[in-house]
Amino acid sequence: MILDYLPQILFLIVLIAAILFFAKNVSSLKRNINLGRDVNRTDQKNKRFKKMMRVALGQSKMVTRPIAGILHIIVYIGFVIINIEVLEIIIDGVLGTHRIFGFLGPVYDVLIGTFEILALLVLLSVIIFWIRRNMMNIKRFLAQELKGWPKNDANYILYFEVVLMVLFLTMNAADLQLQLMGAQHYASEAGIVGSFPVSQYMLPLFDEMTIDTLIIVERTAWWLHIVGILIFLNYLYYSKHLHILLAFPNVYFSNLDPMGKFKNLDAVTKEVKLMMDPNADPFAEPETDGDEDMPEKFGASDVQDLNWFQLLSAYSCTECGRCTAECPANQTGKKLSPRKIMMDTRDRMEEIGKDLNKGKEITSDNQLLDNYISREELWACTTCNACVDACPIGIDPLSIIMDMRQYLVMEQSAAPVELNNAMTNIENNAAPWPYNQQDRLNWAKE
Amino acid sequence: MMSDNLKVPTMASYLAEGKQPEVLFWVGCAGSFDDRAKKITKAFVKILNNINVDFAVLGTEEGCTGDPAKRAGNEFLFQMQAMTNIEVLNAYEVKKIVTACPHCFNTIKNEYPALGGSYEVIHHTQFLKQLLNEGRLKVEGGKFKGKRITYHDPCYLGRANGEYEAPRDLLRKLEVELVEMKSCKSKGLCCGAGGAQMFKDAEKGDKEVNIHRTEQAVEVKPEVIAAGCPFCNTMMTDGVKNKEKQDEIEVLDVVEMIANADDL
Ligand code: SF4
Ligand code: SF4
Repeated sequence: MILDYLPQILFLIVLIAAILFFAKNVSSLKRNINLGRDVNRTDQKNKRFKKMMRVALGQSKMVTRPIAGILHIIVYIGFVIINIEVLEIIIDGVLGTHRIFGFLGPVYDVLIGTFEILALLVLLSVIIFWIRRNMMNIKRFLAQELKGWPKNDANYILYFEVVLMVLFLTMNAADLQLQLMGAQHYASEAGIVGSFPVSQYMLPLFDEMTIDTLIIVERTAWWLHIVGILIFLNYLYYSKHLHILLAFPNVYFSNLDPMGKFKNLDAVTKEVKLMMDPNADPFAEPETDGDEDMPEKFGASDVQDLNWFQLLSAYSCTECGRCTAECPANQTGKKLSPRKIMMDTRDRMEEIGKDLNKGKEITSDNQLLDNYISREELWACTTCNACVDACPIGIDPLSIIMDMRQYLVMEQSAAPVELNNAMTNIENNAAPWPYNQQDRLNWAKE
Repeated sequence: MMSDNLKVPTMASYLAEGKQPEVLFWVGCAGSFDDRAKKITKAFVKILNNINVDFAVLGTEEGCTGDPAKRAGNEFLFQMQAMTNIEVLNAYEVKKIVTACPHCFNTIKNEYPALGGSYEVIHHTQFLKQLLNEGRLKVEGGKFKGKRITYHDPCYLGRANGEYEAPRDLLRKLEVELVEMKSCKSKGLCCGAGGAQMFKDAEKGDKEVNIHRTEQAVEVKPEVIAAGCPFCNTMMTDGVKNKEKQDEIEVLDVVEMIANADDL
């Protein structure tokens, strides 16, 4: 009878729909990231892999803030491990089986027991996270850039996790009760399948229920749990929670050079070499092959001028604000917030992405500079790298600030006046102050 | 104070004698022109003279490394400066450079190689540490022994290049009581001068970065704030004055402390 297979068919439809929708989001993500310029981040594979293992998988930078760090590690481990259970749920859903891994016996008991304990720990951590975020006046959660959607987004994720964990435990508790009552399909001759160190305490809730009611409870929890997970998967693209996937590639492709080393523009090198070459003919036609790698413009005024790693980072950013908390400019009340730089970059990319979803043209007149990131923010940066060091997943907000400054100075000659004076001095007398280069050794005689 | 009888040979004079010094001392713009920073330059030279380190300077052939231009976003001016300097350095076949400015240090070390200028570049605190290890320099407590000192990490020496220990090791040699500020080492708070901020007014905010940093320093009640950068030095000195603490707290470069301890 086809009706017997109805749950399985329904499950397959839901699963495939979720996967297709997710694939569509992944392709928009890729398209948007590829708006960026190229940058070589595929060298030194060994070193990159090790860094990814240490920083992303090993969460090595999270514990610099011990409370948040340890809670995060619990939720993270819980998330990864409980997902083994999702595998079973999916197989059960497709095949119409129940607890297909049950044959593992004692191993299965240990697994389910571990999942339950982790679920409880995740639940507690998430509640503490919620309290920290909403009741404790922690500065990095109160910033202007978190008002509205970002704050809601963060809370939605926490609610999601609470609901998922509660459903998971309810499902298990109902299952246990059904097994104890010897219900068909649930009870096994070998005894209780799975161990339920946490959900056993929920049994009193089901005392009065009949087997039929319990099956409805168990099935409902099972369905809501897996559908919830699939919704969550598809929510990621719209959320800072995308970091659970992108943190890994982001760390892998992150900068390996000393933080003080800023990239040199090759196009400028060519031009300067030509200018300094005494044999070069100043009136010669510019070499045609040289023009090919001449960028259309210096620096960045919009997301297409940034490189793909910077754009990937904007999607990876967790909006945790560890960068902003360390920023000297932000600490002293300036407008600059490195977290906002990343959020703005993502928002602008999404704006362009929406245009591209509609057609091939980018129709919006906005750009990253001025419409999202103001000059005041850019000029407040001391290039101290505190934000870069603080980021737990290898994001470099400073590189975006620098690219945008470059645009301001090289394309628009729009540096603050005093800076222009200093630069004129450097040009004229090789020092940022108006002293004569011929006096450079005077200190030795004073 | 002993009268300044500094021996400061130039690379040009070395070349004329057909010699190569052990190391080139890159003085930097602040070290050459800024009154406060010149004292740091001289303290360093005194130590080098005292233990007969064979060094030379470029003198009038030195020019700004281009660091402030680059961090301001003027890549063109930066590369002009860099290439001009590299031409000079390469003409003298320089191998090893020491500098008392973390900005010069970072720029020459990290950003010159791709433009054709590869040298061994070290910060003066690293150099002194090397001399100490080789037994050429002796550092003893002297007048700073037992004093409460806090060390301010320059961004471009610390975070940017990972050197936190050389200056601290030197201070320990001075037998001081080293106390750390709330934000130190990789979390060290900027003095506010980097990224060409030294040469412009700050954006609108609640306070200046250097005041904020000075407050962190004052909190640990030091007798001396030790620095390793002429710009940090200026910023912290201004901060201490702003807090009216100049009678209680001195701001000194690590190398000045070593020179003073020895009464050079
Ligand atoms: S590098 Fe700039 S944005 Fe980053 S922490 Fe320092 S001042 Fe703030
Ligand atoms: S850039 Fe890094 S530190 Fe800053 S908010 Fe994003 S994830 Fe957090």
